[in-house]
Amino acid sequence: MKRNLTIVMAAMVALATQMSQASAADLRLVGSGASFPFPIYSTWFKAFSKQTNGVTVDYQAKGSGAGIQDLINNTVDFAASDAAMTPEQIAKVDKGVVLLPMTAGEIVLAYNLPGQPTGLKLPRDVYPDIFLGKITRWNDPRIAAANPGITFPDLPITVVRRSDSSGTNFVFTKHLSAISPAFKEQVGFGTTVNWPSSDKIVAAPKNDGVTATIKQTPGAIGYIEWGYAKLTKANVALLQNKSGKYVAAGGEGGALALASADFPTDLIVWVDDPTDPGAYPIASFTWQLFYQKQDPQKADYLRKLVDYQLTEGQKIADSMGYIPLPPSVVEKVKAASAKIQ
Amino acid sequence: MVSFVLSDTKSASQPPSAAAYFVDRAFFLAAAAGAFAIIALVAYIIWEIGGQALPAISKNGAAFLVDTRWDVQGHSFGILPQIWGTLYSSLLALLIGGFIGITIAIFLTQDFLPPQIAIAFRTLIEMLAAIPSVVFGLWGIFVVIPFLRPGANWLHEHLGFIPFFGTSLSGPGMLPAVIVLAIMVLPTVAAISQDAIGLVPYKIKEAAYGMGTTRWEAILKVIVPTASGGIFSALVLGFGRALGETMALAMLIGNSNQISLSLFSPANTLASLLASNFPEAAAVERQALMYAALVLLAITLIVNVIGTMILVWTSRKMAKA
Repeated sequence: MKRNLTIVMAAMVALATQMSQASAADLRLVGSGASFPFPIYSTWFKAFSKQTNGVTVDYQAKGSGAGIQDLINNTVDFAASDAAMTPEQIAKVDKGVVLLPMTAGEIVLAYNLPGQPTGLKLPRDVYPDIFLGKITRWNDPRIAAANPGITFPDLPITVVRRSDSSGTNFVFTKHLSAISPAFKEQVGFGTTVNWPSSDKIVAAPKNDGVTATIKQTPGAIGYIEWGYAKLTKANVALLQNKSGKYVAAGGEGGALALASADFPTDLIVWVDDPTDPGAYPIASFTWQLFYQKQDPQKADYLRKLVDYQLTEGQKIADSMGYIPLPPSVVEKVKAASAKIQ
Repeated sequence: MVSFVLSDTKSASQPPSAAAYFVDRAFFLAAAAGAFAIIALVAYIIWEIGGQALPAISKNGAAFLVDTRWDVQGHSFGILPQIWGTLYSSLLALLIGGFIGITIAIFLTQDFLPPQIAIAFRTLIEMLAAIPSVVFGLWGIFVVIPFLRPGANWLHEHLGFIPFFGTSLSGPGMLPAVIVLAIMVLPTVAAISQDAIGLVPYKIKEAAYGMGTTRWEAILKVIVPTASGGIFSALVLGFGRALGETMALAMLIGNSNQISLSLFSPANTLASLLASNFPEAAAVERQALMYAALVLLAITLIVNVIGTMILVWTSRKMAKA
């Protein structure tokens, strides 16, 4: 609801700016797609529209899948997606696509235990089993062994997952599939997957729904974007990374995870299981999608928009709960943005 | 000018003037057009949804109705758990909401309260209908679930052998969804039942009292049976409302594709499935969702037809008696 309100407000602001600039050359850049980066995108686009005379950027957070669909149907000037694009989808865009990673986020495991103990540590062989429904109680010896400081109640673990299809699902299940062969085999990865059937695995809509359900359910654990956990002050678990260290979200871990990414020419890369000893295990880029060929004036402003996001934009990423792109990545994205013609 | 004394030559009845005739025709045409537009709209919706569902129908066939998996990756779709969840939650909600709704209707119409207070009560209940679905959902998460949890878990521990209490209630599940749904159908049932009971002629009540009945005998044996047709339509409408409810259920029922008798276990409904999966569905899943929407339409239609049939049957039986 809050997001809808923000969209309405953004639309109204856009309308107001447009009206005041009616005399100047009027160019509207329309985008749609991923909802996870919407808070930061809307801030960026508002600021860019304000400082660039005669240009208004509108963005609708319809969801990654819908954004890709809009790009294929030629109804937008650009789109955004947490799950990048598949080769089949790229092939459907006859004008050609440029995919540019713009920001990145971390996914955290938020939990709710009686007494609200903080600093729960989850080993990498344990949390996939929780989401597979194999570990069902909080006082399971495998959880207790990693957390000598916490006394666990004899309480069933209620897993809260997303009921809607989402980029968050994609990133989280891709990570679990990378570290657990059993998870890969039974569930696999995707924007929607078949979770094991159990009365202790419940689903709620959107990041806010999952967060609210975790907060209201003693014994619950679920995956949400770090920004939402930060906003609601939810307890989040420290996760064990590939080198065996327990890392908390929100610190340097996210940037370290992304630094290990090795970008191919199409700039689609997944950090399924980062190797850096200080890396937080579940982090991912999110992409903006542009046409390669379009009206030269539009292309010019789209490149300016990308440039703004890569320079000024990255400065506010951290405070909004996102990971700023590492400088090496910024250079690569800047170079790739020249393909927007 | 109105003249009350008619002259001998002028008749009181006149053929309608051209303007009156025109207004009459125009009104008739507008009404007919409105009625046909509604039918055309429903037909168009069914045609459109059906058209988009066609690939899924030809691919999945009737197996769609009995399959229990919704597997987007494997492109195999089935909606039996959702059909079960939709009917189970709606029936239970109607049982609770219907009972309370009819009780309220009797209480507010049979002179238990001074008329002003009864009107105030009625307005209050009708205000329930104006609360947005999402607010009911949030209220369910933050109030109903924590309130139900201790009792539900006590029932599970002590009476767990009864299938209805077979699992513990951790958070979202059938019971909280049913209770919130019952409150949501309550205004519909209460308002229409009140109108139905209010329409029972006062003479019938007087006649009943004249026969020496007590107040409760008059209400339960004379007035409610006389109004049963209207009360029944209230229940059918309430059931339709429960079948289609989306947002509050998506937030409360747990969206888990399983079939369980347990009141405390999470489940899923058709409307909730549509709301959750539609925004990001790719082509193949979208067709399957359209098929699911068609099934939901069919269920609503069947419920309404059965409702009407029972109504006709009972009124015939009463006419005979």
